[in-house]
Amino acid sequence: MDARLPRDLQKLLGRDAILHRPEDLLLYEYDGSVEVARAQAVVFPQTTEQVAGIARLANRYQTPIVGRGAGTGLSGGALARRGGILIVFSRMNRILELDLGNQTARVQPGVVNADLSAAVAHAGLHFAPDPSSQKACTIGGNVAENSGGPHTLAYGVTANHVVALQVVTPEGEVVRIGSAAPDAPGYDLAGLFVGSEGTIGLATEITVKLTRLPEAVKTLLAVFDTVDDATETVVEITARGITPAACEMLDGWTLRAVEAYVHAGFPLDSGAVLLMDVDGLREAAESQAKAVADVCQAHGAREVRVARDAKERDLLWKGRKNAFGAVGRLSPTYYVQDGVIPRTKLPATLRRIDAIGKKYGFEIGNIFHAGDGNLHPIILFDARDPEQFRRAVGASDEIIQYCIEMGGSITGEHGVGMEKDRLMPLLFSEAELDLMRRVRDAFNPKGILNPGKIFPAGKGCGEIHVRPLPTAGAATPA
Amino acid sequence: MSVARASCAARLGEIAGAGHTTEDPAQLAGYAIEGAAPRAAVRPASSAEIAEIIKFAVSERLAIVPCGARTKLGIGLPPRQYDIALDLTRMDRVIAFDPGDLTLSVEAGIPFRQVQAALAEHGQFLPLAPPWMRRTTVGGTIAAGMDGPLRQLYGTARDFVLGMEFVTGDGVAAKSGGRVVKNVTGYDLHKLMIGALGTLGILTRINFRTFPAPTGARAMIACFDAASGALDLPRRIAQSPLRPLTVDVLSPAAHELLSSAVAGQADSRPPGESAFREGCWVLGAGFAGDESACARYERELRAMAAEAGATGAVVLSEEDTRVFFARHREWIPLVLESFADAAILRIGVPPARMGEILEMATNAAGEQGLRCAAIARGAGVIYFALLADAARRDAEKAALAAGLIQAACASLGGHATVPWCKAEWKGSFEVWGGESGAVAQMRKMKGVFDPGGALSPGRFVGGI
Repeated sequence: MDARLPRDLQKLLGRDAILHRPEDLLLYEYDGSVEVARAQAVVFPQTTEQVAGIARLANRYQTPIVGRGAGTGLSGGALARRGGILIVFSRMNRILELDLGNQTARVQPGVVNADLSAAVAHAGLHFAPDPSSQKACTIGGNVAENSGGPHTLAYGVTANHVVALQVVTPEGEVVRIGSAAPDAPGYDLAGLFVGSEGTIGLATEITVKLTRLPEAVKTLLAVFDTVDDATETVVEITARGITPAACEMLDGWTLRAVEAYVHAGFPLDSGAVLLMDVDGLREAAESQAKAVADVCQAHGAREVRVARDAKERDLLWKGRKNAFGAVGRLSPTYYVQDGVIPRTKLPATLRRIDAIGKKYGFEIGNIFHAGDGNLHPIILFDARDPEQFRRAVGASDEIIQYCIEMGGSITGEHGVGMEKDRLMPLLFSEAELDLMRRVRDAFNPKGILNPGKIFPAGKGCGEIHVRPLPTAGAATPA
Repeated sequence: MSVARASCAARLGEIAGAGHTTEDPAQLAGYAIEGAAPRAAVRPASSAEIAEIIKFAVSERLAIVPCGARTKLGIGLPPRQYDIALDLTRMDRVIAFDPGDLTLSVEAGIPFRQVQAALAEHGQFLPLAPPWMRRTTVGGTIAAGMDGPLRQLYGTARDFVLGMEFVTGDGVAAKSGGRVVKNVTGYDLHKLMIGALGTLGILTRINFRTFPAPTGARAMIACFDAASGALDLPRRIAQSPLRPLTVDVLSPAAHELLSSAVAGQADSRPPGESAFREGCWVLGAGFAGDESACARYERELRAMAAEAGATGAVVLSEEDTRVFFARHREWIPLVLESFADAAILRIGVPPARMGEILEMATNAAGEQGLRCAAIARGAGVIYFALLADAARRDAEKAALAAGLIQAACASLGGHATVPWCKAEWKGSFEVWGGESGAVAQMRKMKGVFDPGGALSPGRFVGGI
């Protein structure tokens, strides 16, 4: 990095808004994924103008810039893969405007997801996307990754809740896209921007929809002796047109790991549980709960427990949302996949994952968004053992391959980032990747914004590379 | 122009088959946009044929406009150039319907009604109730960015389109998204295609999330002496725990138009007649659920209507509800058929500002001596019709009123376009509502997808 750049950054942002000593940079070299990459400088802007100024400096010095929220991402999206400047939005964390009458909020990107919901709870509203990391992750990060969460089954992902953005382009311009009013004329650039993984612009203001909290919520825990019974239950709930607000599955291995940590009251001897919310009008929640319980029982549920009160409900959900922390107690490194399959294929896919685990010599845990077919198989391995790492990648790739064969996708909510770029040719032709690259290049012509993400580095085949050893993986997927 | 008329049709015939290509002026008249007919029309059967057609058009500097049932070709600005009508109605298959997964993949040229019929066999539906429902194709509805009353509960196409296949302006067949309900792999290029009027690519396949069709839907109809009461009710509903299927408000003229249009027909009795008074504003709220939920909707909607000052309210039977919804849905075509000189604005404003905008727009029309009619959706979308009269040379007045309305919308954080007006009036209207700040970014996208400018040139925002 040019020696003058830190000085210019300091001039722009102030002395306390830049880190560049190696021991400081270490803290920002990882995120929730198994990837590692170090920036040469980490900066903390406070205004849109400062972000634009950073982009202009980056252009002058031909240095990469990468946006980052809380660093909870699971695909390396917020890592400076090619070095350069990491722009951390933690000081742009103000809620700029609450318009309760129109049920919208305008926020800075560093606002923590759960903080926005807390700020509007008094009005009976919330921000619906609820990644499991919601107590830490930022709305800017949610926008970049198009984050999901358990309740996106009924309420939609981040893209369904973002209506307008103020964006700093990689060339340092400030533009507004979308509108707080419905159906802005022109192309849906806001729809394109959400989920573009920080490769076409940096959001500095985000206007989101706020959703009315349901009048009634019922949380059900259905306990099964086998994984098959649980997955067959999900298939039938879906086919009957019942849409629970959330429908999560934890297999026996995972729930034992969770129970030892959270004491949520999960039955230790079961094969799998389904954790489900039904919500809406009192009457609707009542009848949905009954319909869901009937399906569970028809598929051999040993027990269907309905949380008696908010305290019991919160405890069950705490168990779900802290699951990956619990897994982290068992192994320093683990690998979480994020494949998606059509929901009718759940039983076959879970059986296949089990077989793949046996083939590679791993016990693979499963805790995932069953209701929308979004898998999170967990493979524990010891990163110090290169052979184990290779096997973990092998097992993981075989699972992803199977998801694609089933008509699915390689990532449901975690993003491609620098983790799954090599898998992109499995889903997209070279012509399709080229089209997407040209979309990126139209906004990011010099490639200085978040380089090395989403697209495979070389042209061609989906060849599997073994990556450098990971050093961290205590993650909290959605 | 480098090819003669004959060789253009001949080449298209080589690609799609002579029987699927026409240069017969009588047939081409049916593809005319604002009076201008293309030089040839072609009905390809595959995206490979479409790619060939586009490559041919680019090499000969010909311009293509895609179409389906041709119900919405008048939307937007007239194309700068129009040589080939690319008719997608031969691409009308259901590619995959997985009722157990609630996902659907169809070719773009399939009639909307046919899709709904296939889904209905499994108790499912697409939660879009677009105008021209009996004729429109799925591709046309999506490409034109149509909405319908059901957006109150289900949102718009961007909320349930899972992926698409399309052919770009350089003849590349591509896809984005997928067929699973959750997916963040690659850029969501399909979101750009919704409402793009075929300026970025020719849609060939569209994948949807489907939904269980609500059974036993009913509607409450409430009548108000003033707009303020009628528009106060959507606000009350939004602040309640109720989640109705639809919330639409009709101005007195809009409601009278619907009533008079069916007079003399077999089913001419306007649903909810007993509640209507001369010159009243009408709010219709649809809802569904089991018996206890419906009872609750009925009770609370009536109570809220009374609090908002309704002069009468009735809850329609299931049968009447269907009739009521179908008429509402077709209000735009009805206006266009009834008034040759109507201009219809599509307004988007923060929902709480709808009352102000409607009052302002009504005054703006009145000051120009124009009649007007409007449907306002609870989500903040208003279709506002200026019912002009050619004999009185109203074009100028309508354009003046529209301009005032557009400025007022902008000042309240909204926007207004003029999707429908007479061809010869388009020059006087800001059809797309003036330059948006992001138009430069939009042009960049056009440059990526259609570098040669072959697709629907000039129809879109900023002359894209």
